[in-house]
Amino acid sequence: MNWNEFFHMGGYAMYVWPSFGLAFVVLVANVAWAVKRKRYILDDLKRKVIAGREYNS
Amino acid sequence: MWNWFHRLASPRDFFRIAGYWIPWLGSLALLLIIAGLYLGLFVAPPDYQQGESYRIIFIHVPSAWMSLFVYIVMAISGAIGLIWRIKLAHVMSICSAPIGASFTFLALATGSLWGKPMWGAWWVWDARLTSELLLLFLYLGVIALYHAFEERRTAERAAAVLAIVGAVNIPIIHYSVEWWNTLHQGPTVSKLDAPSIDANMLIPLLLMSLAFMIFYKALLLFRARYEILHRQQRSQWVTQYIKTL
Repeated sequence: MNWNEFFHMGGYAMYVWPSFGLAFVVLVANVAWAVKRKRYILDDLKRKVIAGREYNS
Repeated sequence: MWNWFHRLASPRDFFRIAGYWIPWLGSLALLLIIAGLYLGLFVAPPDYQQGESYRIIFIHVPSAWMSLFVYIVMAISGAIGLIWRIKLAHVMSICSAPIGASFTFLALATGSLWGKPMWGAWWVWDARLTSELLLLFLYLGVIALYHAFEERRTAERAAAVLAIVGAVNIPIIHYSVEWWNTLHQGPTVSKLDAPSIDANMLIPLLLMSLAFMIFYKALLLFRARYEILHRQQRSQWVTQYIKTL
């Protein structure tokens, strides 16, 4: 297996690799976005608990 | 069985059960992506017509399938939320929207990258492409509508109604290549009796599709889990959980 040939993708490198790169970016961004939201929610709740708010439902 | 459903619909039990499944599903998705990429990039032979460019299929088709699947989940759980007033169903519906939008974007972008070398154009106003673009706008519309209301009950109901109405677009996307004379090629895989695709290409395609599906499930559970925590913040169990952190 020749790596140069592999990266060349039979002349379609400029279409194939951006596609895979974009997929990577979309998947990672999805996870990062969800983790950011998790942190925001947990920090918010921790602050409220520390502030000693009464939770009765 | 019903007992299990009932427990899953309880926010507290959902939080616990989802917390157990997320790492397993996440790891499985990662393994499937690695296997799919390996088989798709190194083992699958070049296409006899499209050469190496066809490898975009391993991203394009799974993301396009998921763009439809996630929309169906979003619309059905929105409907369940509206009809039976199940809070968790609305959470599932709303948390699906950004994930579905990102898959739709990926399907459109990789389609464009594939269209340029094969059709000679980044974009054509073809029935398949146009209806998929409409799908992206529907997702964005659901997200925007949800955030447009102050009151959460109203917001989630409005978003669910838009999601349900927009579901009309799903069969249109699916059958667009048959109903209209489109530039987009017809289905290759779904002809189950005899898929017109080589097994060495089909297997990585199915692996990548499964990977995307499981990735979606893991991410949906993750998003829904913290959304539940946020919404149930006045419950005793949430306060107790936060104190243990």
